[in-house]
Amino acid sequence: MKTLVIAEHDNINLKPATLSTITAAKEIGGEIIILVAGSQCKVVAENAAKITGVNKVILADAPVYAHLLAENIAELIVKIAADFNTICAPATTFGKNCLPRVAALLDVAQISDIVKVISADTFVRPIYAGNAFATVQSKDRVKVITVRSTAFTPAALGVSAVPIENCEIVIENPHTTFVSHELSQSKRPELTAARVVVSGGRALQSKENFKLIESLADKLGAAIGASRAAVDAGYVPNDYQVGQTGKVVAPELYIAIGISGAIQHLAGMKDSKVIVAINKDGDAPIFQIADYGLVGDLFEIIPQLNAELDK
Amino acid sequence: MKILVAIKRVVDFNVKVRIKPDHSGIETANVKMSMNPFDEIAIEEAVRLKEAGKATEVVVVSIGNSTAQETLRNALALGADRAILVQTDAEVQPLAVAKILKKIAEQETPQLIILGKQAIDDDSNQTGQMLAALLNWPQGTFASKVAVDNQQVHVTRELDGGLEVIAVKLPAVITTDLRLNQPRYASLPNIMKAKQKPLNVIMADQLAVDITPRVTTLKVEPPSGRKAGIKVANVAELVDKLKNEAKVI
Repeated sequence: MKTLVIAEHDNINLKPATLSTITAAKEIGGEIIILVAGSQCKVVAENAAKITGVNKVILADAPVYAHLLAENIAELIVKIAADFNTICAPATTFGKNCLPRVAALLDVAQISDIVKVISADTFVRPIYAGNAFATVQSKDRVKVITVRSTAFTPAALGVSAVPIENCEIVIENPHTTFVSHELSQSKRPELTAARVVVSGGRALQSKENFKLIESLADKLGAAIGASRAAVDAGYVPNDYQVGQTGKVVAPELYIAIGISGAIQHLAGMKDSKVIVAINKDGDAPIFQIADYGLVGDLFEIIPQLNAELDK
Repeated sequence: MKILVAIKRVVDFNVKVRIKPDHSGIETANVKMSMNPFDEIAIEEAVRLKEAGKATEVVVVSIGNSTAQETLRNALALGADRAILVQTDAEVQPLAVAKILKKIAEQETPQLIILGKQAIDDDSNQTGQMLAALLNWPQGTFASKVAVDNQQVHVTRELDGGLEVIAVKLPAVITTDLRLNQPRYASLPNIMKAKQKPLNVIMADQLAVDITPRVTTLKVEPPSGRKAGIKVANVAELVDKLKNEAKVI
């Protein structure tokens, strides 16, 4: 059995979601080969070669792969994966964009967003925004899978490295051109990998007031999240959104402030280890899943909380 | 330019879903059904492109049983010009949907196909990408902004780390994210007018597409419950609990 894991990276750093995908691949069993496709990304391949449990790295380094566009990356994967049993990628916007194209070219189904491996062909995945979990079995010769990173512990980096094989296949992408990126710059930890997340909702009322959330997050070394309502209202950029259609997080501590707890938000954070809810409405649904609830006005509570943490 | 929009009839987003007692799936009998919210955004975008003079016709297509006609009428009321129902009572999985849509695209020859990025029932997020692959067209997924000029479209895409802009040559497939637009409500005159617009029914088996499911659902279960914890009286108690009981700070 052979599994191909598609690495997500920015040509410099391997994204942590790749490491969780490796863990899922290990549970599926068999040989694990990582594909690092990109441009000037040898350093990524060298890091990938140190992940424990990986047998080989394939490096496809060419300018046409610089922005990991779906069209030619999918074709490249199909060319490489001819004799593989399983193809896995993280269920990030990268994996979600690219992998269904691979599945269609191979004429097989894709199984999206798995949270559990039952066997090499049977998996558990959330449906209806996480309100139900389906156990599904694939009948296809190749299993194409995206992996929910919060559901699998990231694989560790070891010291010894496995061989890196160069792949010389270059596939042009004549119909799609990368134009620009507006990536969020932040000194805070990445949302999906943070140990603590502080999230704000519509009750913050403005972009300026969201600085209160930032002050608390900085005290705790936390990442910042937001409900869909806060994103739609323009308080914070889209990539802060926690929820079924945003990011799924599972930190050790999740603090939801001024978030009522719509199903779509809960689906993105209910696997957090400890949940704290601060809301002035004592009947808000968020309290039904919170370990610690505090009813009150966030504009009074956050400064108190900052002061208490300084003690 | 003709635009094809694909829509799906799903359990309404406000309904709290119930799992069938035999764990075979979700209860859909006597449950309110609506158009998938991402697909409403897809129709809105297509209609706006037509209103802006960038498109000449908006054709909407759905796959499902005869009740999907109601959803298609709703799409017509929102501004689509005509509708196609590919009728089947069978379960149609994303790959099969993509194959059917490819057939329809070959008949209709649109320059742009717009779909919701995912349906809120199975949350697969696959069909648009699969369709683009089968047609060998470029794709602009998770779009929060679409600008059509001549033979290309600039698509602003919502990524995990921010936004990305790509330019795709037509013909192309676009899938919509939440912030692409705010869909309109159908007005009463438009609902009346929609009843007169053409709705063509094609039986799925006439398309000669293999729609056999590739994935079997063995069981459907509720999520493991999470119980409500305690309410604390004040900030001092909260910090004390987090430090000494939960030990997370």
